[in-house]
Amino acid sequence: MQYQLALQASRQNNPRMDSHALSRMLQVGLCPCLSRFKSTTSVKQEWPQLEQSTVDEADIKHHSEMASKWWDDRGVTRGLHALNKLRIPFVRDGLLNVGQINLAKWQSPQPLHGMKILEVGCGGGILTEPLARIGANVTGIDASQNMIDTASSHVCQDPNISNSIIYTCRTIEEHAKEHKDCYDAVVATEVLEHVIHKDLFLDACISTLKPGGSIFITTLNRTILMWAIGIFLAEYVLKVVPQGTHDLNKCITPLEVQALLEKYGCTTKLIHGMRYNFLSNEWHWSSDTSINYAIHAVRKQH
Amino acid sequence: RLSGKKILLLEGSPQQAKDLKPQYSNRVSSLNSGTKSLLELIGAWKHIASARYKTVKKMQVWEACSDAMITFSHDDMAEDIAYIVENDVLLAAVNKEVKELTENLTVMHESKIKGYELPQCYGTTCDVRVHLENGPSYVCSLLIGADGANSQVRKAMGIKYLSWNYNQMGVVATLKLSEPTENVVAWQRFLPTGPVALLPLTDELSSLVWSTSIEHAKELLSFSNERFVDSLNDALWKKLPRDKIVDVATQRFNGLLESLFERSSTVQQLHPSVSSVVEGSRAAFPLGFGHATRYVGKGVALVGDAAHRVHPLAGQGVNLGFGDVRCLSELLSEAVFNGSLLGSLPHLLKYETLRQRHNLPMMLTIDGLQKLYGTTLTPLVVLRSFGLQLTHILNPVKVSMLNMS
Repeated sequence: MQYQLALQASRQNNPRMDSHALSRMLQVGLCPCLSRFKSTTSVKQEWPQLEQSTVDEADIKHHSEMASKWWDDRGVTRGLHALNKLRIPFVRDGLLNVGQINLAKWQSPQPLHGMKILEVGCGGGILTEPLARIGANVTGIDASQNMIDTASSHVCQDPNISNSIIYTCRTIEEHAKEHKDCYDAVVATEVLEHVIHKDLFLDACISTLKPGGSIFITTLNRTILMWAIGIFLAEYVLKVVPQGTHDLNKCITPLEVQALLEKYGCTTKLIHGMRYNFLSNEWHWSSDTSINYAIHAVRKQH
Repeated sequence: RLSGKKILLLEGSPQQAKDLKPQYSNRVSSLNSGTKSLLELIGAWKHIASARYKTVKKMQVWEACSDAMITFSHDDMAEDIAYIVENDVLLAAVNKEVKELTENLTVMHESKIKGYELPQCYGTTCDVRVHLENGPSYVCSLLIGADGANSQVRKAMGIKYLSWNYNQMGVVATLKLSEPTENVVAWQRFLPTGPVALLPLTDELSSLVWSTSIEHAKELLSFSNERFVDSLNDALWKKLPRDKIVDVATQRFNGLLESLFERSSTVQQLHPSVSSVVEGSRAAFPLGFGHATRYVGKGVALVGDAAHRVHPLAGQGVNLGFGDVRCLSELLSEAVFNGSLLGSLPHLLKYETLRQRHNLPMMLTIDGLQKLYGTTLTPLVVLRSFGLQLTHILNPVKVSMLNMS
C-alpha cells in the first residue's frame, strides 16, 4: 500500500522521471537504513516481500491508466493498431513457413483454424481479436486487471470470436505452472521491453509451448538510435507515445534475445527489423533492426 | 478468402427476363481491357462472348472547327482498344454468374430503402443498419453503395458532393450505316454543341451517343426518323465556317511536325454516314459531373457512379466503376486475411486513396476536354488543334493514354 502511494506521489511531482530512477528513489526513501548497501539494479534484494517476478508494477500502472482509451485507433494506441498490419502476417505466415500449418489451410478463409495460441501481455486485445478472427483459439493473459476488463468487454461486441478467446489476469509465471507443453504458438509482442526479468519471462513462455511450437516476439532494440527516435522524439518531442512508456534500460538487443531463446531450447528462425512512419501511422518491414524488430523461434523437440 | 462472408444485394428494379432480344439495345458501354479481365475473372465474360459484343481496334477523333484529328490504334490494329457491349447483355452475363452463388449471395429485387443507420463512433465496432420500406431491417458489417449518381447511401454518409450539370443531354440511338463496312472503328467528332460519337455494333449497325444542349436533344427526339438522320449526317459531315487563321495555322503546324518527326500523319479514314435509325431506339439522358469528396466511412464504401460521374465523351464512366470494384475486392480480401473487420477504416481509407488518385485526374481531364471543345473562340480552337496534332504525332503518348484508361 505504501509502495503504491509513494509511486503515485512521485509521479505527480515529477512525471518525467523514468521508472528506473523512480525505483531507486523509493528504495532510498522508504528504507533509509539499507541505503548504504544500495545497488542500482537489483530491486529484488531490497524488497523481500516481492517474489521473483517478471512484472514491473510501475509499467502495469502506466498502461492500466490508458485502458479506457485503448481501442481508439486514432488515439494513443494508434501505433499498436497499425502494427497489426505486420504482426498478423508475421504470425500467420511464420506458422506456414515452419510447417505448423499447411498451404491449403493457409489459403482458406480461416488459416489458423485449430491452432492454440497464447498471447502474453495481450493488453486490450488489439492483436488477440484478429488472430481469433482468422481461426485461432487464443488465450490472452495480462498482469493488469484493467486491461483484461477492457479486453473482455470489447470482445463481446463481435459474437463471431467471443467463444474463441479467453482472457485472464495473471502473470506468465503463474500461467506456465499449469500449462506446460500446451500451445502451438506463443505471441509476446511489444511486451519484452516492459519486463524486468527477461530470462524468467522467456523461460516461462517457452515452457508453455508444445515441442515444435513457435514463439513470436516483437520488441525494441537497446541502441542510441532507438532512444533518439523511439523515446526522445516519440515521447517528448512529437508526443505520439505517452511519456514514460518506454525505458532504454529495459530494452534488449536481438542477439541477447536470441541467446536467451537458445538457452531455453529454441532455434531462431527469423529476425527482421521494422520501422514506423509517424506521419502516416504506418509500419513497414525494414532491413534495419536498430529500433524495432521481430523474432520468430521454434522450440526444439525434446 | 472472402468465401466465408454473406452478401445481400438490394436491387431496386424488378427481376429481368433472361432472354436476349434480337434487337440491339440503345444503351451500350465501352469496356476497356481492365474491365474485360475483371469480367473474365468472375466468369461473366464467356456469357458476353457467347451473346454479342464488338471489338474496337481503332479510334478516330476530329472536330468541326479545324482539320486537326487524332487516331488511336495499337500497331497494325493488333490489339483491341475497347469492347462495345450492350448494357443489357452485360447485366444478363453477370446475373448468370450471380445465380450460381446461392450459398453466400442473396438478391432481393424491388427493394425500397427507407433509410440507413451508419456507425458514428470511433474505436468500437459498430454495424450498419439498413431499413426497408417493404421488408425487414438488416444489420451488416459493410454497406457498399453502388446505387448510381443519386446515391442514397452517399446522402446518408453526409459527405460533400461536388457536382454540376452540363446542361446537356446524351442522345442515344441504334443506327444503320449507309453501307456495310469492317466496322471496327469508333468515331467521335467534337462540335461546339458537344461531341457526337458512333460506336460499332456490327458491320451494319452502330450505336450513337450524341451529347448536345437540352433543347437540341429534345428537338432531336421529336424529329421524324428521316429528319433525325439528316441532322446526324450534317453533324458528322458538315464543315462549319472557319476562321482562315485556324486553317493556315493548323496546316503550317502540321507541316512543321511532319518535318520534325519525319512521319506523315495517317491519311484520314472517312467515317461512315448513316442511312437510317432503328425505330424506337432514340432516347436521351442528362449529363453532369459528380465527385464525392469521401468514398468511404466506417462500415460504408461507395463504388461507381455513386462516387464519381463523368461526361460520356471518353467512354470511361463505367470503366472507372469497374476499377473501383476490383480495387475494393482486393483490399477487402487482404483485410479479411489479416483478421480485420470488414467495415474497419484502415483498408477502406486505402481504397479511397488509391481510387481517388486514379479517378480524379481522369475526371478532371474529361471535364477539361468538354469545356475546351465547347467553344468556337479562335485562339482556343488553334490551341486545341495544335494539341491534338501534337498528340497524334507522338505515338508513345497515345500508347500510354490507351494503357492508362
